[in-house]
Amino acid sequence: MGQYLLRNLLQRLVLLVIVSFLVHALVHLAPGEPAEVDPNNPRFKPEDVAKIRAAFHLDEPLHVQYGLWIRDLASGELRSFKDGQPVLPKIWDRFLNSLPLFVCATLIVWTLSFPTGIHAAIRRGSTYDRSTTFIAYALISIPGFFLSYLAILWVVNTFGVPVIGMHTFGNEDAPRWFRGMDRLWHLVVPSLMLAVGGVAILSRYVRTQMLEVIGQDYVRTARAKGLDENTVIYSHALRNALLPFVTMFGLMLPELVSGAVIIEQIFAWPGIGRLSFDAILARDYPVVLTVTLIAAMVTLAGTFLSDILYAVVDPRIRLS
Amino acid sequence: MQAAPATPANTATLVDSPWRRVWQVLRRDRLAMGGLCVLVALTVVALLGKAATEWIVLFDPATVRLVDKFRPPLSQASALLPVRDLPPGGIYLLGTDALGRDVFARMLQGSFVSMSIGLVAVSISVVVGVVLGGIAGYYADVRLGPVTVDALIMRFTDAMLCIPVFFLILVVVALLPASIYNIMIVIGLTRWMGIARFVRAEFLSLREQDFVVAAHALGLPAPRIIFLHMMPNAVAPVLVTATIGVATAILTESALSFLGFGVQPPFATWGNILADGKNFIFDAPWLFFIPGCAIFAIVLAFNLLGEGMREAFNPKLQRR
Repeated sequence: MGQYLLRNLLQRLVLLVIVSFLVHALVHLAPGEPAEVDPNNPRFKPEDVAKIRAAFHLDEPLHVQYGLWIRDLASGELRSFKDGQPVLPKIWDRFLNSLPLFVCATLIVWTLSFPTGIHAAIRRGSTYDRSTTFIAYALISIPGFFLSYLAILWVVNTFGVPVIGMHTFGNEDAPRWFRGMDRLWHLVVPSLMLAVGGVAILSRYVRTQMLEVIGQDYVRTARAKGLDENTVIYSHALRNALLPFVTMFGLMLPELVSGAVIIEQIFAWPGIGRLSFDAILARDYPVVLTVTLIAAMVTLAGTFLSDILYAVVDPRIRLS
Repeated sequence: MQAAPATPANTATLVDSPWRRVWQVLRRDRLAMGGLCVLVALTVVALLGKAATEWIVLFDPATVRLVDKFRPPLSQASALLPVRDLPPGGIYLLGTDALGRDVFARMLQGSFVSMSIGLVAVSISVVVGVVLGGIAGYYADVRLGPVTVDALIMRFTDAMLCIPVFFLILVVVALLPASIYNIMIVIGLTRWMGIARFVRAEFLSLREQDFVVAAHALGLPAPRIIFLHMMPNAVAPVLVTATIGVATAILTESALSFLGFGVQPPFATWGNILADGKNFIFDAPWLFFIPGCAIFAIVLAFNLLGEGMREAFNPKLQRR
């Protein structure tokens, strides 16, 4: 067991190094450099470009730049090209803003999709099953920003609550409960929108998984024993149907970060998605690279955890 | 709904191929068939649209008519227009946009562009995924120095999976000149990982089977064994993923358009008509709802067909 974990951890570290190579190469090989952001400015002479390139080490060969990036990142000295701020605290601040969004969205996804999927599987072919199937596909198929705009229109028109940003501007003197409610309102719509795709996909997976398990012999045996339907479904079938979802937890993280780029842009949420979007626009390599690396790191940690959890909940799996 | 019993007479006259059985299942799935019908209709519309906007110019998507800005759907063209600028019949079927361009003509032109973005992007990801997955599975234990081919390719795939996809697309698209081909290629090159993974898994198990061993014994060349003997057995999941992939690609294109990195003006796509339309959501709601609903319809159709195929291909889910 210990040996397995060690080896697994080592493999993931290797993977992380590969990811860092890939991302670094990709970002640096793509055309457009920070020094060329404003090529039409007549006061921007070639020597200025050369000066900027030298200041950011952009004139060094790629592997040297990679080394410098990793060195600065490890020592915490890495600074943004745009404003010279240290990158890690900058990302951390924005991450704290995004965190409630991620947590809420994940909670919504996991609490909504399980009951929906299980019910649909049990009543396969019923009206409930068919309508949830259709709704799930409809939700995956709507462009995210289209749905978000509709939701904003609806919420603003029906409840009169503005939903842009993290809280209403200029209400710092309002009573505490009012500010709390205000923040909650601002959180609800973006996290719902972030969760929509996840709910639809996961509830489908739950349904398929549940259907596979329900068709198996031991479930028939449980029924034949005369157990009542609830016991058969919830304590015999469900336990096995749940197993694969332990592994999905880690895999859904990169989607969450990807989704946040659009959602945070729409709702003017000053989170990690917008930070990285702005960084991409400004060719702020240190921020782009570091955010991507952190996202990969979190994903790897997530899948590592779910591997272990999988072995814990499923006694048939032996880690060796 | 019971599976049609295959009577001896039946099997004698008809070749009872697995494909026929899948078609039988699929034909009973009303949602999937609905999706298929919509897709066939939209393909016809896209082809006619290409013909009517480019080959024989019935509807000109590029004509700017500043007197006729923001006309609602089904409104008459202004009498001030010169005859050659009039829309067919003097009526704007779906209204006009901020420059007085005929939305119907733009939607027609966009239908072909949007469809081809989806199809080309998916073809790229299928080719890359099948080749990489096939090589990894077929040459699994061939060593290249210290690592096996399988380990090399799969670690690369895993590394790509850790990076948030949309983020990756943004990094590249924001830095590349935004041409329609770049967008197709980038979307295609960031979505092959899933296909590679299950083609490899499928190949690993197929490799041991008798017909492949026999093909080896006959001394057939490797490409022939891979593509003619093994690939047909692994094609079902690829087909399902590809169908759903077209839907995802169209959505990704619209999300890119929303952020301003989509296909640039000379080409109209449903995504960038929608992205332009969002600015006029109060003044000219049709500019927002028409492309939004069109994208929704096509993506939904692809998703429904794909999921229907997934169920039809999955023997575990057949009714017993």
